[in-house]
Amino acid sequence: MSVVTVQLGQCGNQVAHELLDVVWSDAQKKPSRAASCERFFHHNTHGELVARAVLIDMEPKVINQSLSRAAKCGRWRYGEDSHFSQKQGSGNNWANGYCVHGPRHRDVVEELVRREVERCDRLAGLLAMMSVAGGTGSGVGAYVTQCLRDIYPTSFILNHLTWPYRTGEVIVQNYNSVLTLAHLYQLSDAILVHENDTAHRICSQLLNIKHISFSDVNKVIAHQLGSVLQPALTADSHGVYSRNPLGELVSALACHPEYKLLSMCTIPQMPSSSIAYSTFSWPGLLKHLRQMLISNSKMEEGIDWQVRPPAGSGRSTSLTGSSFNTSLANLLILRGKDVYSAETGGFEDPALYTSWLSSKEAFSLWKSPVSFNKYEKSATLVSNSQALLSPLNDMVGKAWNMFASRAYIHQYMKYGISEEDFLDSFTSLEQNSWNSSTLTSAAA
Amino acid sequence: MTQSVVVQVGQCGNQVGCRFWDLALREHAHVNKKGLYDEALSSFFRNVDSRKSAGGACGVGGRIQHLKARAVLVDMEEGVVKEILQGPLREVFDSAQLLTDVSGSGNNWAVGHMTYGSAYREQIVDKLRKAAEHCDCLQCFFLIHSMGGGTGSGLGTSVLSLLEEEFPDVCRIVTSIYPSAEDDVITSPYNSILAMRELTEHADCVLPVENQSLVDIVNKIKIMSHSAKPGSVIKRDSTVISGQGGLSGPEKPFDAMNNIVANLLLNITSSARFEGSLNMDLNEIAMNLVPFPRLHYLVPSLTPLYTLADVSVPTRRLDQMFSDAFSKDHQLIRADPKHSLYLACALMVRGNVQVSDLRRNIERLRPSLPFVSWNQEGWKTSLCSVPPVGHSHSLLALANNTCVKPTFMELRERFTKLYRKKAHLHHYLHVEGMEQSFFSEAVDSLSSLIEEYHQLDATKARLIPDTPRLSIAT
Repeated sequence: MSVVTVQLGQCGNQVAHELLDVVWSDAQKKPSRAASCERFFHHNTHGELVARAVLIDMEPKVINQSLSRAAKCGRWRYGEDSHFSQKQGSGNNWANGYCVHGPRHRDVVEELVRREVERCDRLAGLLAMMSVAGGTGSGVGAYVTQCLRDIYPTSFILNHLTWPYRTGEVIVQNYNSVLTLAHLYQLSDAILVHENDTAHRICSQLLNIKHISFSDVNKVIAHQLGSVLQPALTADSHGVYSRNPLGELVSALACHPEYKLLSMCTIPQMPSSSIAYSTFSWPGLLKHLRQMLISNSKMEEGIDWQVRPPAGSGRSTSLTGSSFNTSLANLLILRGKDVYSAETGGFEDPALYTSWLSSKEAFSLWKSPVSFNKYEKSATLVSNSQALLSPLNDMVGKAWNMFASRAYIHQYMKYGISEEDFLDSFTSLEQNSWNSSTLTSAAA
Repeated sequence: MTQSVVVQVGQCGNQVGCRFWDLALREHAHVNKKGLYDEALSSFFRNVDSRKSAGGACGVGGRIQHLKARAVLVDMEEGVVKEILQGPLREVFDSAQLLTDVSGSGNNWAVGHMTYGSAYREQIVDKLRKAAEHCDCLQCFFLIHSMGGGTGSGLGTSVLSLLEEEFPDVCRIVTSIYPSAEDDVITSPYNSILAMRELTEHADCVLPVENQSLVDIVNKIKIMSHSAKPGSVIKRDSTVISGQGGLSGPEKPFDAMNNIVANLLLNITSSARFEGSLNMDLNEIAMNLVPFPRLHYLVPSLTPLYTLADVSVPTRRLDQMFSDAFSKDHQLIRADPKHSLYLACALMVRGNVQVSDLRRNIERLRPSLPFVSWNQEGWKTSLCSVPPVGHSHSLLALANNTCVKPTFMELRERFTKLYRKKAHLHHYLHVEGMEQSFFSEAVDSLSSLIEEYHQLDATKARLIPDTPRLSIAT
């Protein structure tokens, strides 16, 4: 069951490359190797492992770097003709990406994806990877997702988004993010989100990296994504690795069309030099992970243990003032030794969820006895919850403030996005935000 | 990969341009060890093999044969261009790229703009077309000129309108050298104000540079180089004013100052030419830094000015580089951005700097920098892995900041002093096509620009509440 990765823009290409690296190196010497490789790679006529990936960017430097880096590593490579680039980027302009570059190169991109899809024996789905801050990943990415939705109406399309640092990487990042999210909500089956800020904190506080580079940040993101996408046994897979990972993820988590934003956290994360000296126990890991979910803590450090699920009193704020993170659905993925002995009852507590689904339906569990990426035991939680509400709100708020002064709008109008389009996107996101914020726990 | 064409007009424009080409060759020679004509080189140079037919243009990937600059050189006097053609850079320019006349513009904007502008229009368009045709994907025109004279100021702005008309999709980034208060050209205020209007209306962004700031920076470096304090010996050839290692021989006067501007242009284009973990193309500059079409004056500042010979670079030095970028001593106009209002700011980093260094410094400096209410996190950042020659890292900051207002106001003052007495006005009005209304319209344009900055400044002290969000009907 194969996944075709569509890598868009500088970030999309850089993160996807790290993901493929993680998947490949994790799969080596493991019993799940065949399944893993089949999912992301195929063998060409020379017996080399070639990624099932399409690389798209509106300027050539990143793709060239990616291609040569993969070719040099000697372990896997990208297809000769699986990439498309132009000379002039999108200039951080969503409108340029969506209205100009997207339509202009539609045919070429569709053809490249079609070739990869046809090469798969069975298509598990498409994974589009991009950032929301720039012009290509966000604008061209949104347009390409739309095309793919039209061409493959019955396939699963997941978008993986990297959200930028909150304190600015690109000045118009909030505009680009709002426009992207509003469009993807209509098109995507599920949207997996990683924030640069979180990954950066993991690098500095958990991995103890002194001089953090984008490569380090991307590796953290790839590690977390990899732990979701590597083969696993699910409730429906009947003792073999799931043949439908993307579909099962979507059905486990994206249960309502207006709630599609998914966050994830992985535990443990530590410098690789320390792993050999650490022991892990499932109870310990799961306890931390559950509290991370409840208190909306994206990593193991600084977890607020005061936050508790509401116990019928209706109030859902803790003594420390942080509020409880209500979930719609959760997917727990356990990998490693003694995985069958892990007790996951804590995640089935109805107090964690809204009342729409019984906690049995809201919680899903995947397991694999094979360890992941050097960690003897590791657990990843993918959540459809209020976790992304705060950064989303921040993003929309800043974009709205800027929009009120009409700053930079002339740059978007130049390429065909009007004030109306902006307003539509804002409206759509405010609706989503409001939906999320009004979720209440079943116990309350 | 895109290409850019440099259009240098007038004496100042051509002298700065000359330094630019010299330093560009030096930079590429430093980076490009294999002698292959790569994408980075092609952004500013053509590769020509005169043995081949049809003009001999060579594509990317082959060996370097003959590099020709993607440039158009315009001057209404012959002196400067002749000197370039007799100097070591003569191989880099084709006679077809040059346009000269003999008599000069007499420091008269009207002569440059009207008389020569119309007389040479066809020829200029022709040369620009040729330069554009040699490009696979032309992204940007860099116009270099001075504001105070006649040719650079008048003919230069005429070329600017021409560029907008003939190549509307190509970005126009103008480097304008503004005259200092003690400028020896009496009519420089007239020329500058008349040119300003053109810049406000036809440029995509303007990088204003003041002669006095360049002089100050040069003096600072010279003091440092002669101080010989232990631990403060400057590494050879590492200053931002040094042209060593380039083709040209001994330094001429103004070379040091012009090298600074040349370095500015090299740094602005570095992330578009070379690879990095966070690239920034030229079209992203206007996109991020120009929130409203007329407010496109971006104050540049370059750091470090020199590298000390001490090879080990503790992080403190790196942080110092970021702090310096905001100090008024490093700005290329006489302004203090820290005490004015930022509309947007770009930080273009080159060399061995990681994203954590960038973030740490932004967080550190942010509280002391006033940003406009709707752009509190108005940072655009880029990381290019290739450092400039002689440095291990460098930073170029471009600030869209209201600190340009005092500069413009001062310029208007000087203009008004002359205009009130109608001094020298007849020289302009005698030129065919020139009318007095040009003057009043130009100063009006400047006044309304100043007013726009003023409005924004007024918001600085006030606490602007967040705009109420859309609310969902329940």
